[in-house]
Amino acid sequence: MSKLGETVAQKHGAGGSAMRTLIEKVFVAGLGPAGAGLAAMDDGAAIPVGDGFLVLTTDSYVIKPLFFPGGDIGRLAICGTINDLAMMGATEPLGLTCAVIIEAGFAIADLERIRDSMRAACVEAGATIVTGDTKVMGKGELDGIVVNTAGVAFAKRVVPDSGLRTGDRIIVTGSVGDHGFAVMAARHKLQLQGELVSDVAPLNGLVRAAQAAGGEFISAMKDPTRGGLSSALHEMAAKGKVGIVLDEACVPVRPEVRAASELLGIDPLHVANEGKAVIGVRADATDRVLQVLRAHPLGRDAAIIGGCVAERPGSVILDTGFGRRLLAEPEGELLPRIC
Amino acid sequence: MCLGIPGKVIGIDGMEATVDFFGVRRQVRLDVVDEPVALGDYVLNHVGFAIRRIPESEVAETLKLFEELAAAADEQDLLAADLRAELAATQESKK
Amino acid sequence: MSAASSGVAELKFRDPGRARELTTALARLVQGLHRAPVTLMHVCGTHEQAIARFGLRSSLPPGLRVIMGPGCPVCVTDLGEVDEGVALALQGVRIATYGDMVKLPGSSKSLADAQAEGARVEVVYSATQAVELARASEEPVVFFASGFETTAVTTAAILLAKPPANFSVLSAHKYVPPAMEAVACLPETRVEGFLAAGHAAVITGYGLFEDFARRHHTPVVVAGFEPLDILAALVKLLEMIRDRDYGAANAYPRCVTREGNRHAQASLWRVFESADGPWRGIGVIPNGNLQLRKEWAALDARRRFRIDVSGLQQKARSELSRRCLCGKIMVGLVEPTDCPLFGRECVPESPVGACMVSSEGTCKIWYQYGGRPDLGGGT
Repeated sequence: MSKLGETVAQKHGAGGSAMRTLIEKVFVAGLGPAGAGLAAMDDGAAIPVGDGFLVLTTDSYVIKPLFFPGGDIGRLAICGTINDLAMMGATEPLGLTCAVIIEAGFAIADLERIRDSMRAACVEAGATIVTGDTKVMGKGELDGIVVNTAGVAFAKRVVPDSGLRTGDRIIVTGSVGDHGFAVMAARHKLQLQGELVSDVAPLNGLVRAAQAAGGEFISAMKDPTRGGLSSALHEMAAKGKVGIVLDEACVPVRPEVRAASELLGIDPLHVANEGKAVIGVRADATDRVLQVLRAHPLGRDAAIIGGCVAERPGSVILDTGFGRRLLAEPEGELLPRIC
Repeated sequence: MCLGIPGKVIGIDGMEATVDFFGVRRQVRLDVVDEPVALGDYVLNHVGFAIRRIPESEVAETLKLFEELAAAADEQDLLAADLRAELAATQESKK
Repeated sequence: MSAASSGVAELKFRDPGRARELTTALARLVQGLHRAPVTLMHVCGTHEQAIARFGLRSSLPPGLRVIMGPGCPVCVTDLGEVDEGVALALQGVRIATYGDMVKLPGSSKSLADAQAEGARVEVVYSATQAVELARASEEPVVFFASGFETTAVTTAAILLAKPPANFSVLSAHKYVPPAMEAVACLPETRVEGFLAAGHAAVITGYGLFEDFARRHHTPVVVAGFEPLDILAALVKLLEMIRDRDYGAANAYPRCVTREGNRHAQASLWRVFESADGPWRGIGVIPNGNLQLRKEWAALDARRRFRIDVSGLQQKARSELSRRCLCGKIMVGLVEPTDCPLFGRECVPESPVGACMVSSEGTCKIWYQYGGRPDLGGGT
């Protein structure tokens, strides 16, 4: 783990190892008791209630630009929270909160566009915003708008991101790198022939289907947001104390993303996704889970991309087809303000 | 950071060409390349300059080269099969 | 996965089946030489990136070492050269340079440090962009130009295209063949063959390596950058070593010819001439630097400006920088993982040596690809 300096830097928000250091040393150390609470640093918190768990999650969204191909901050804010709940195995949200902090001068028309996106995303996910908060800060005191959403859901069984065991297979529900590259293209106005479109989407329906097929054989889940597939796999490998061998040729990457990646020298494995899940499945159930995923509109390109081994726990080994190497974990920001 | 990826010329304006690199378009200068470049040609780019025009036939030629090299090394020796097995075994144990 | 427009050709170059045939051929050839390890050297950051990125060393037979030599132009940009850029920047002159140069430490400061003190340093991706900056401004713009011969050719091109009067070039360009001579002459070197950089050879051709190969008894093969290109070139090199064929060969025929790009060569030597110069960490390489010819004095920042580096060169070298092994890494004597600072005190966010600064530096490349990029294989 790297050292913490005296001030917060942009890299501390990037989803990589620097962010984990900040959270562990500043927040968890000072705030959390043990359990599937803060110290577990999972996508959400699971509080035992009755014969199951109340799953809680919160996220803030600072994405720039606010509107990008495939979505906007509103859609992202809803889907991000729905997906964090879903990654814990909680696919029926009881309610969402939505708090916004708006810079004075922000166009009402844009606010309405964001609201419409949020409503549409809620309908897709079968969720409702039940409460919220609105604050306004002076012009120049905030960059446009910041949105926070929190979600609560009930789950009989919580799927931790620490559940991987040797022999489990790893499935990704579709192509990687779409969101991050779409946002970057929009931000830097890259001229592209193919379209880079964010994949932002609510995954609770997809996960529900996977759970119906795989049940207890689903050992771990995580959505590869900031830091991309690489970050998610590293965390799952570390928490599960397994090594992961990733078959590079099997990871679905859209041609436009591949092109942008070659040109810019940024690996799609390190780039954020907002409509994909990484699912660890016990070997016996892998095929049926894959089948069910592929039958769902959001999982058409689902693929088995690797497996868990006992060697090098915590590491991700990339099989490139020409040899093997360690997949490095991104430390700082590849692309700031990506979600 | 363009690592000399070949791209297809889709537009030319004097000494400047618009080149398509697998769907991404860039402007590339033609001052350095030593042959006339036409629409549809492939060029190799280095820091914003085309340094070589690649005729499509030469792409195929290189593939032939790979095949020849692999075959030539196999030709002589009776230990071919043994070696291959040895190599395969080495790869397996690294997994 | 569907292929994009020119993607079909590209996919063929990444066919793992063909790769296996080539690595089998390598194993047989190494076996046949009856001496191990056989050490081959490449001199190009982009080759190292490809090797590391695809984990190629893990597929090579034990007994074959492929090491990186002085192939990173930013890494060999000398302290004094960086000081010139920094001094100019601190004197108030606008500097345009390639991204990797900004964080490169000089004797006491990098351009990034100068920026923090208010100097104006802008990152460009091409020489053309640097000229555009000058066109858009009244004040002087100096293009601090690093890079080997392929890049130097582009600097020559913009100078020949009549840039505006407020534009000038501070040349840190270098020429690789003299550095290969230096490595081949090193008493400790056991390099038996060289992979030459494909894109530099697009410009220079491969004929110039024939004499070198003959004198040093080290064959040279020009290689492209796809995994198959590299493996095929290695096979060819080992065959030449086996056959005692001390010449030069071309494993990148789609891009490289024996004579190279004469037009580009003419431009290069019209604008530049060779000069002896220090390569960071390595020492003086005779004819290793490319400086602007006298005729170009008006566009030569060294002649247009009085550059005062004295204030920058008084600090003694830090303890950390004295422990840095970049110089030895760059001539292939040690590997990044042999350096006690690698991945500890020396990381991309706080680099000690130049090899960790540049995207073509061995240390940065190894760090980026997991620290020890190739599992198992190699030495």
